[in-house]
Amino acid sequence: MLNPQAVPGYLIQSEPVRARFERLKAREPMLEVRHLGKRFATPHGEHTALHDVSFTTHRREFVCVIGPSGCGKSTLIRILAGLEAQTEGEVLVNGEAVRGPGADRGMVFQGYTLFPWLTVKKNVMFGLRMNGQGAAEAEREALQWLDLVGLEPFANVYPHQLSGGMKQRVAIARALANRPKILLMDEPFGALDAQTRAKMQTHLLDIWRNVDITIVFITHDLDEAIFLADRILVLKANPGEVQVLIEVPVPRPRGYAQFTSPEFVATRARLDALIHPPVTEPDDDARVRPHMIRLTDVNDDVE
Amino acid sequence: MTGITQNGWFAVRRELSPRGKWALGIGSFLVPLLVWCVVSYVPFVWHPQVLITQPGSVDYFQPGMRVDRAVFDDELEHARAAHAALPAGVGANPVYLPAPHEVLRAFYTAFTTPPPSQDGVWLHQSLWHSVQIIFWGFVVSSLVGVPLGIVCGTYSVLARLQEPFFEFFRYLPAPAFGALMVAVLGIYDAPKIAIIVIGTLFQQVLIIANTTRKLEYGLLEAAMTLGTTRLKLLTHVVVPGVLPDLYRDQRILLGWAWTYLIVAELVGTSSGITWYITQQARYQHFDNVYAAIMMIGIIGLGTDLALAALGRRLFPWDRTLKA
Repeated sequence: MLNPQAVPGYLIQSEPVRARFERLKAREPMLEVRHLGKRFATPHGEHTALHDVSFTTHRREFVCVIGPSGCGKSTLIRILAGLEAQTEGEVLVNGEAVRGPGADRGMVFQGYTLFPWLTVKKNVMFGLRMNGQGAAEAEREALQWLDLVGLEPFANVYPHQLSGGMKQRVAIARALANRPKILLMDEPFGALDAQTRAKMQTHLLDIWRNVDITIVFITHDLDEAIFLADRILVLKANPGEVQVLIEVPVPRPRGYAQFTSPEFVATRARLDALIHPPVTEPDDDARVRPHMIRLTDVNDDVE
Repeated sequence: MTGITQNGWFAVRRELSPRGKWALGIGSFLVPLLVWCVVSYVPFVWHPQVLITQPGSVDYFQPGMRVDRAVFDDELEHARAAHAALPAGVGANPVYLPAPHEVLRAFYTAFTTPPPSQDGVWLHQSLWHSVQIIFWGFVVSSLVGVPLGIVCGTYSVLARLQEPFFEFFRYLPAPAFGALMVAVLGIYDAPKIAIIVIGTLFQQVLIIANTTRKLEYGLLEAAMTLGTTRLKLLTHVVVPGVLPDLYRDQRILLGWAWTYLIVAELVGTSSGITWYITQQARYQHFDNVYAAIMMIGIIGLGTDLALAALGRRLFPWDRTLKA
């Protein structure tokens, strides 16, 4: 039974999955990250947030980035967006080096960041207007994008009148309206309740299937990463480095029934092992030792 | 379990019903008015003086004269001991605290009384003059202060270049510049407007810069990832983003401008409502003085309520305005 050369489950790809990955890798690279590094000067000396991060993402690939807290995944996506400058290496989008934020990379933030003074429609029109499009044309396009995310009836309400899930749909429509090549998503569903999050995941896959877009998606939810991604970039902390780039063997189209499939379970186990390795040195939390005393009747058991 | 119930009048931080709000709002005016009425009309509360109705045998008493109660009692004892005609009088408050009905009457008569001299001004003309001084002072201050505040709140470089000096300058009392302003700008309205500008501008820049800094940075980042240029970031994100808060700041600052009005109007030739107040005080017409002070209060509160109502119409997306 115990085969010493056993191939771990997460590496076993079925024939259609392997063929899909071959097609994916044959597509032109859309995002190239080369030896990316980021160091901060802090009062306690220099802190390395990212060190020598390199990976390539192909056109219309869906990449998820996961890692323990403090691994610099937010820093990474902010550098990709151009909101922060790296201290080493370079980022190429479609072969061109990134210098500052630009309309070729849309971004969806966890905190929605819709403009509260604009109606839903005007929020979606914002990027188009900023890039010089006329009002009438921008409005027509904005309504199309709102229709795509299912919010056309809410075109003329203000963001504060929407639920969290609806706000995030508007934010996605707003980012997509600019026709970016890459959609950067920084834990976009982190603030949503479980049910809404599941709906949004399915919806996002729908959008991705139908729009020419490459998605870089940051999450700390491992199931979410497996459900969404083609490949998962696993970072490790202190300093933030690429631990491994996992090809998700779960076939597409994805559905919630796959959560118990062997590929899914194997990948999940692998990610768990990577993100939560066996504790070797006590971290801060390990010093917290609850001392439980019995404060109720000895015979009054609840379990 | 006993403890705090979050019902009833004294629930902590609980929103009141609209009717309750109105009732309490009116009550906030009725309570001081009631105190004033009690002090004025209930004889044994305070009334430290006696208003002479009959001088009797006291040679220096005259009808309508106010003397301290101790003096009156003293003279009454003397008259009684000497079996002379007794003086008579009623308890009264000092001349500087007129009763509510007197102030109310003054409120009306102040407008109907013609000016004492031919080229004098009516009260409504004085008031209008004051309103104009405030208006221009505030407009000039805002024309400089609002753009400067927004720019300083956006770019740290400009903020640092300006703020330490402005922090210093705002401690300099505006009235101290009165004589200087008269020397520079003459004796008419210009130095008065300048005093209001000096009193308002420096606070205004600091407050508005601070408000601008409170704009959620994520909104600026989102705009940048949507391809917004640096200049458009200012005009299309910062300005509309801070507008409701800026409007609220301006309302508060307008109130501050009013507090500088009295000193401003004393500079150069005395004018406006201040001139009226000082004149009336000189002749001890304190009912008129109170009436004039209240007019300032009514104009101030009235404008603020009107601006608040306008703000709700202007910024339908703003949810903090409904305080």
